[in-house]
Amino acid sequence: MALNALEQQALTDLDLSRARPFQLADRLGAVRVVSVGLVILVWEIFGRDVNPLFLSYPSAIARATMQLLAAGEFQRQALGSLQVYAIGLSAALVLGIALGLLMGRYRLAEYILDPYVYALDATPRVALIPLLLLWFGLGPMSKIAIVFLSGLFPVLMNTFSGVRTVSASLVEVGRAYGAGERKIFTKIILPACLPFIMTGIRLAVGRALIGIITAEMFAAVTGLGALLIRYSSALATDKFFVPVIFLAVLGVILTRAVGLWEKRLAPWKETERAL
Amino acid sequence: MAALTDEQIIDELGLRRERSRSIYDHPNLIRAASVLCFLALWEVYGRRSDPLLLTYPTAVFWAAIQLIRTGELLRQAAVSLATLGVGFGVSLVLGVGLGLLMGRSRVAEALLDPHLNALYATPQVALTPLLMMWLGLGFAVKVVIIFLFAFFPILINTTSGVKNVSASLVEVGRAYLASERQILFKVVFPAALPFIMAGIRLAVGRALVGMVVAELFTAITGLGAMLTLYGNLFETAKMFVVIGVFGLLGVGLIRATQALESRMARWKETERAT
Amino acid sequence: MLEVRQLSKVFFEQNDPSKPGLVALYDVSFSVRKNEFVCLLGPSGCGKTTLIRVIAGLIQADRGEIRVDGKPVTAPGRDRCMVFQQFGLLPWRTVLGNVEFGLEIDGVPREQRREISRRYLELVELHGFENYYPHQISGGMQQRVGIARALSKEPDILLMDEPFGAVDAQTREQLQEELLKIWSKTDTTVIFVTHSIDESVYLSDRVIVMQSRPGRIKEEVRVELPRPRWEGDVKADPRFAQLRARIRESLRG
Repeated sequence: MALNALEQQALTDLDLSRARPFQLADRLGAVRVVSVGLVILVWEIFGRDVNPLFLSYPSAIARATMQLLAAGEFQRQALGSLQVYAIGLSAALVLGIALGLLMGRYRLAEYILDPYVYALDATPRVALIPLLLLWFGLGPMSKIAIVFLSGLFPVLMNTFSGVRTVSASLVEVGRAYGAGERKIFTKIILPACLPFIMTGIRLAVGRALIGIITAEMFAAVTGLGALLIRYSSALATDKFFVPVIFLAVLGVILTRAVGLWEKRLAPWKETERAL
Repeated sequence: MAALTDEQIIDELGLRRERSRSIYDHPNLIRAASVLCFLALWEVYGRRSDPLLLTYPTAVFWAAIQLIRTGELLRQAAVSLATLGVGFGVSLVLGVGLGLLMGRSRVAEALLDPHLNALYATPQVALTPLLMMWLGLGFAVKVVIIFLFAFFPILINTTSGVKNVSASLVEVGRAYLASERQILFKVVFPAALPFIMAGIRLAVGRALVGMVVAELFTAITGLGAMLTLYGNLFETAKMFVVIGVFGLLGVGLIRATQALESRMARWKETERAT
Repeated sequence: MLEVRQLSKVFFEQNDPSKPGLVALYDVSFSVRKNEFVCLLGPSGCGKTTLIRVIAGLIQADRGEIRVDGKPVTAPGRDRCMVFQQFGLLPWRTVLGNVEFGLEIDGVPREQRREISRRYLELVELHGFENYYPHQISGGMQQRVGIARALSKEPDILLMDEPFGAVDAQTREQLQEELLKIWSKTDTTVIFVTHSIDESVYLSDRVIVMQSRPGRIKEEVRVELPRPRWEGDVKADPRFAQLRARIRESLRG
């Protein structure tokens, strides 16, 4: 808002030309940069002094990254992990949404299935890894299964509660306009619970990533998780950080991407807080 | 003339009628039938397949009895719960403490949050091998892993809860001459408590996952170690017992926090669906 | 007893702290006698809320000073207490707990503050509601809790920032009357912010009319209507209508 003439006059009178005194709170960007820079610097300096078996340092990690990328080993393992991840996650999304819709819309389905759903949802899925390895062996099948189970429940639970929330209020509107069951499903329930489904997908993306790494670490044969185990048992700390950083970046990108997609699909929904 | 009660009006108009019965009146019957059918099928199919791979309900039951008799299950569960308690306690204290600090001070937030964000973005499981290298396979490493899993939901929810405390409530505190400390403990903390509790509810589940991961990989003590052990011995029934215990723990812990949450939110206008 | 001298306050832009965004108060001076009831009246943006917040010590003025009994004030103090527009009740505390809040901060022992709080709840006619939570009672009742909380600290000056702005018209009249009754029983000085001409005339001894951009005092209007004003129909008094017309004119011009 621009000041009017009287206000300008008042300002000159008051001689308030001085800006606010310096406050750290006005320079938050700088605080962030300094904070990050300082930690990296301290890490680099101290990391060099510590036994490299125990702690690496930024420039060593950068060097290790170049090495691994040049050898092609990293890309091969990452690709393997991502394939398994994509297959398992797609299955989880399809089945999770389908079961969630079914359970939300039909009470019989809900009562038949919910004992298992709640029980499995409360059980840490990682606890199933030894069992799945026993059943499916060390190949991709057991990993697909764990990715599937990790991603399934967030999608299912969110879809279910979405349909539930919607049903009460909006279905009557559809009825009042003479919509049949099919129309109600496609025109009202599905669009209205889309934000819930998307939230579920966002959670599932992260959980499934944890699922596959854990499974690969436990089986220790192929994939990024196996690389982590291999480098850590070889005490190659610098190499160890390469998949760790890759996974962190991947996790952020995937979650952000789903977040953006979420906003595009459901722009009418107020933005939700994370978690 | 005395006013008619609703009951009397209903009787007078002849509106009393039996509601037609529906199978949905007893959802628990449907649930029980579903579970029984599943168990029966499992029993029949499980008995016919390779016992090394697939077990069946009665075998799991006897395995449970055996593990309880020998005391192994309780001993290992006690070990697991102790680590879980310590790890969760540490995340609670640090998560709430740092959350309050970061929510109140924008400078503290700018200093800390790039690092915390980076750590949060990293899948915590991926750090397990490194932690084991640093801290060995004992109690400490498990506590740290559980901490890493449970810390962030508490921190994030506390921070956003504190930031959400309306400025006008803080101003009320100032107008009534409350010190910084009093504002923190008498205004900000109670106002943020529903958020903090929601964070705790998420964290409890994560802590349990952290515990399982830690014990699977260290594989020396605790319920997770039992799981690895019996997996290697192909004792499927015993694995199911341990998985079942994890399930019960999960349900129990989440229920307990939900109960705590709704008790603490009694002053809230409407309770949010969980 | 309260003196405001040449008070000025400039707000700067949030994202550019060197750029002035609004001259909220410019060269504001007035004084208030002990036991006087003064209304600050003006359109939104005239700085009346800023003014009362500076008096409360919640924000600092850029120029000028405020003295209470000759002593300059820059921070909240025991001599002044604020009643907030949105009530400012702590939703997790019961009615009684909210009234106790101020006394608790002052370190009054539990038994004593409980007794004092009950007495003030009685004064605002809320006995029996001690254990309700704020969301369980009406807006009018919530503000009575807010008033009881402020009075329980027995301030010399009661600062009220559009206290009845968030309640319905009928409740508002009732609260105005009750406020006058309570005020007549105590020797508190009241500074009352409002944008309702009727409210200012009905309540106060003096109306300070403010205008905006920059926020400043237009004029002071003395209200010499007989007290107590809740007896009979003061609003039907021709002098009431005259004052109202006069102030409306002043706000317009």
